[in-house]
Amino acid sequence: MTPVRKSDYTETCPACGHEVSSSRLKRNLKVCPRCGKHGRMGARERLEALCDKGSFRELYRGVGSRDFLNFPKYAEKLRQAKELTGENEAVVCGVARFGGEPCAVFAMEPGFIMASMGSAVGEKITRTFEYAMKHSLPVVGFTASGGARMQEGVLSLMQMAKVSGAVGRHGNDGGLYITVLTDPTTGGVTASFAMQGDIILAEPGALIGFAGRRVIEQTTGTVLPDDFQSAEFLLSHGFVDAIVARTELASTIALLLRQNRKRRPA
Amino acid sequence: MTDEKKAAVEMTIDLSEDKPMTAYDRLKAARATTRPTSQAYIERIFTERIELHGDRHFGDDPAVIGGIGFLGERPVTFIGIEKGCDIDDRMTRNFGCPRPEGYRKALRLMRQAEKFGRPIVCFVDTLGAYCGVDAEERGQGEAIARNLLEMMGLTVPIISVIIGEGGSGGALALACANKVYMLENAVYSVITPEGCATILWRDAARVADAAKCLHITADDMILFKVAERVIPEDFDNFDEMCRLLAHQLDADLTELCKLSPKRIEEDRYERFRRLGIIEEKTENPRIVIKTKLPRININKDILKRILHRK
Ligand SMILES: [Zn+2]
Repeated sequence: MTPVRKSDYTETCPACGHEVSSSRLKRNLKVCPRCGKHGRMGARERLEALCDKGSFRELYRGVGSRDFLNFPKYAEKLRQAKELTGENEAVVCGVARFGGEPCAVFAMEPGFIMASMGSAVGEKITRTFEYAMKHSLPVVGFTASGGARMQEGVLSLMQMAKVSGAVGRHGNDGGLYITVLTDPTTGGVTASFAMQGDIILAEPGALIGFAGRRVIEQTTGTVLPDDFQSAEFLLSHGFVDAIVARTELASTIALLLRQNRKRRPA
Repeated sequence: MTDEKKAAVEMTIDLSEDKPMTAYDRLKAARATTRPTSQAYIERIFTERIELHGDRHFGDDPAVIGGIGFLGERPVTFIGIEKGCDIDDRMTRNFGCPRPEGYRKALRLMRQAEKFGRPIVCFVDTLGAYCGVDAEERGQGEAIARNLLEMMGLTVPIISVIIGEGGSGGALALACANKVYMLENAVYSVITPEGCATILWRDAARVADAAKCLHITADDMILFKVAERVIPEDFDNFDEMCRLLAHQLDADLTELCKLSPKRIEEDRYERFRRLGIIEEKTENPRIVIKTKLPRININKDILKRILHRK
């Protein structure tokens, strides 16, 4: 990266080597203008770029994690993650609009301990679904995660069930839930709310799977093809509804919200 | 380390009275191949059984068994993750690591139980859901996710008994229950201690340290309110042990069956809704609300054992 201007610098696409200014890359939503590689995006950055301008209002920002097991290196990891991302936790929740359609929304922050799910992430997403149900709103969720947060032991595992309960109640009440799987969505998040959407979208090239690639290679003694667990792999096996380029996501979500308005009670 | 090697970890536990078992001792006990598997419990607890096979989509996963039987006078749907009883059986059953069709079979049987208002009893014993190419191709993540979603909404009572290993999402997919029992030496964990040790110290051999850090024992589960009951192990008098377990299941199901279907769902939702420890900053930055470890009437001996485990 060579500094060009004070606020602008050149970034090199990790996929094709194309050099592009950071401001241009940001305008293009972190998608390489030459090869279309979708770079990783922070949660807040994503919500600001995709929701209707100025429509995002945050909820539950005060909820954060505790190192209640006194787990090796966890307190330090939390401190670093907060410093690095400026976030209090690995998910940002709130309400917003897409194409004028209101919804509850959450986006996971890959820079925060790989957006792993501990008690606080589970609590914030559960509250978001409960809020959406109370206010008759659909939920749009952008997932990215390395899985459950082992530093919180079995209680991080329990968040999978807790969130699933809230997703189920919101759904039984007629609420729409759209998930957008972004790179990387794995482990306990894949095995819970990422795969529970009424409509499941994925960004091109995103890594999506349950078990880690290395674990599978070790378990089975095979070398896996490059496209294994890619969004395209999931589409061809029937596990996502559509792959949508990031530049088309906002309009696609707006359309889906318009097409799937909650049915009026009889 | 392969699943097979893990399952074959030698059982070397110091049972002398004055030395409490460590988390690692319990992990080894939970994985011992001499330990009774789901089949053994099901045979002794339920009468007039019929085993039901298949997920109606792809196949019949031998790692998950299920069917209908009577617990006393009451018809019950039973489901168990089966590790197998000898080496051939273990291989057939993939060492108790279910594939997606195993979870889908379990879900099919649970939906059937819901239709006929039958309680469900699950026996959980797995290192984890199978991590293989075919499992990913058929949607291991989706299969577990759907079980969690639908189990949380069922209106019949569910009791899950962790009889050995409760390995991560692969175990939770049969444990979104109204009550969870832990066998005395059973363990329940978000990740295998080997996996945790590899991530933390790049050394899978530090499994004993990882087991301690992760807090995986039955006592830990009671403390976190992840489980309600610890079932004493007495494998030398296994028939009697199962008789007592059946009695406990019957007593808890009798209580749960007094609730309306709606209350049964609410009871399960509230049970999981409470789980988790967070801190919450309010608008006033000087006030931080911290959720504490749940306050419970804990047996003093258990508490002593937890506190003295260094
Ligand atoms: Zn490129």
